[in-house]
Amino acid sequence: MNWLYIAWRNLGLKKLQTALSLVLLAFGVGLVSLLMLTEKQLTDTFDRNIRDIDLVLGAKGSPLQLILANVYHVDAPTGNIRLADAEKVMNHPYIASGIPLAYGDNYRGFRIVGSTPDYTAHYGAEWAKGKPFENAFEVVVGARVAETTGLQVGDEFFSAHGLQDETDVHTDKTFYVVGVLEESGSVLDQLLLCNIETIWGVHEGHGEEVALEDREITAVLLKKRNPLAVLTIPNTIRETNMQVALPSIEINRLTQNFGIGMGTLRAIALLIMCISFASIFISVYDNLLARRYELALMRTMGGSRGGLFWLLLLEGGLLSVGGAALGLIISRLGLIALAQLIEDKFRYDWNSLAVLPNEWVLAGMAIFVGLVAAAIPGISAMKLDTSRTLSESA
Amino acid sequence: MIHCRSVEFHYNSEAPRMTFPDVHCAERDQLLLLGQSGSGKTTLLHLLCGMLQPAAGEIEINGQILRQLNERELDQFRGRNFGIVFQKSHFIQSLTVLENLAMPAFLAGEKFDAAAGRALLDQLGIGHKATERPRNLSIGEQQRVGIARALIHRPAIVLADEPTSALDDESTEAVISLLEAQAAEAGATLVIVTHDQRLKDRYARRVELNPLAIRTA
Repeated sequence: MNWLYIAWRNLGLKKLQTALSLVLLAFGVGLVSLLMLTEKQLTDTFDRNIRDIDLVLGAKGSPLQLILANVYHVDAPTGNIRLADAEKVMNHPYIASGIPLAYGDNYRGFRIVGSTPDYTAHYGAEWAKGKPFENAFEVVVGARVAETTGLQVGDEFFSAHGLQDETDVHTDKTFYVVGVLEESGSVLDQLLLCNIETIWGVHEGHGEEVALEDREITAVLLKKRNPLAVLTIPNTIRETNMQVALPSIEINRLTQNFGIGMGTLRAIALLIMCISFASIFISVYDNLLARRYELALMRTMGGSRGGLFWLLLLEGGLLSVGGAALGLIISRLGLIALAQLIEDKFRYDWNSLAVLPNEWVLAGMAIFVGLVAAAIPGISAMKLDTSRTLSESA
Repeated sequence: MIHCRSVEFHYNSEAPRMTFPDVHCAERDQLLLLGQSGSGKTTLLHLLCGMLQPAAGEIEINGQILRQLNERELDQFRGRNFGIVFQKSHFIQSLTVLENLAMPAFLAGEKFDAAAGRALLDQLGIGHKATERPRNLSIGEQQRVGIARALIHRPAIVLADEPTSALDDESTEAVISLLEAQAAEAGATLVIVTHDQRLKDRYARRVELNPLAIRTA
């Protein structure tokens, strides 16, 4: 026999009331924690791909579109730029290095990106099979692409023009798969990689012979050597059709826009949590009123005022610890369900189901407020007039 | 065992002041406190076990003057020395009959002897109800559990508050006999507080509480 056991049994006596408090708190905590988890997943994914890319050089247009198209490969490119112009920027003294990107074709919806070996090196890609691309029309396939399309080392395929559909297939140029990448959690998983000459080669065969100085690429991922690059590069390219965009700033803008929706959800979740605290308060207080005689009875058997306070505090504590724990479980189930829904674009790993520091804070606060909600009736229990309570109910 | 000397009490400074006759009771004795409703019976019972503090006079229980104890000590003293049988038996509803019997030991910080608890329930003929919830028991069974709970921790004094007022003659006889026998067996002093005149002739030692004892301040 101990206080915890009595508190547990007391909660069990009022199953509906207990269940209501638990469910409310679990959903409140669960919703807030699910928001935290998805936010973490999104920013992690963004950060992983943005890694060490200070500036993106591309055709004029929406800077956000430039970033989305060339860093995340989710939007259409803003257009093409001349390689000669781009090289001037890449050779600028303030720029440490640049990775050129060129594209315009796809294979079954996955983008074929022409670049240099620097691109795979940048994301720390590892080869599951085969070797890096060297010559034109040699292709290295991302893990997700290989999984979905079944492409393996030694396979051949034709590309389709454009980034999405497969209506306009270039049947005259054959690609050879020379390597398959390990999964890296970066955009490489979703891409087919080759050298830039390959991209040019696909379209040259169409009788549109292009002069060397007019060759075009889509964008360059730049790493700066000098912080001033951010200020000076835009000036040097003002007269061209090019622009530079800062991934960190554009993604910030994007997540801030997301943030409005997140904020609304968070407010709703907090509201649910407040209701659940009220429910815990009512639950414990109702128990106090219904069991005043029982509490007085404990006093006659040697129970102290502190003991009664402790009992009610434990009842509130059990409710809030249970609710918070259930909430964290619910949010993880929710995240897994979400991941199943948008499997193609969003990958979770089991590590991401670990409890975040913010979630510990959330759970701690939920438990604390739950205890406070129970402490108020607890104090009433301490002040209970034993003699009067016993006389009244006799 | 019990000594009340010139005890007076008032609920607040405006309330009428109540005076109580002196009460003396030896160890293992059985005492009847008889009085009409409004005569301050319950007040005296609460004074005896330290749930109320007298305005004047002295109460000595088992060699301890209650006034010298602070509240926490009083709680402990009450838990160890008294077993109280209430008119209507109240229990911790969420706990089983046997778990309710464990409460006095738990609240006194002592280990509960479950075997002794079962034996006592058997003796009272309700052993088969040990794992039932109290509210599933009949009124008569509940009263016997109430008696068991008052005796399980072998208190020095058993206080019974109107144990028979709701019972017919036959049940009254049964309950009182049971109380007397159990208290005697446990070596406890028995104090019965009641307005039930049927019990009047049963006890040689009785104190009658007079409503006129209440006088205005």
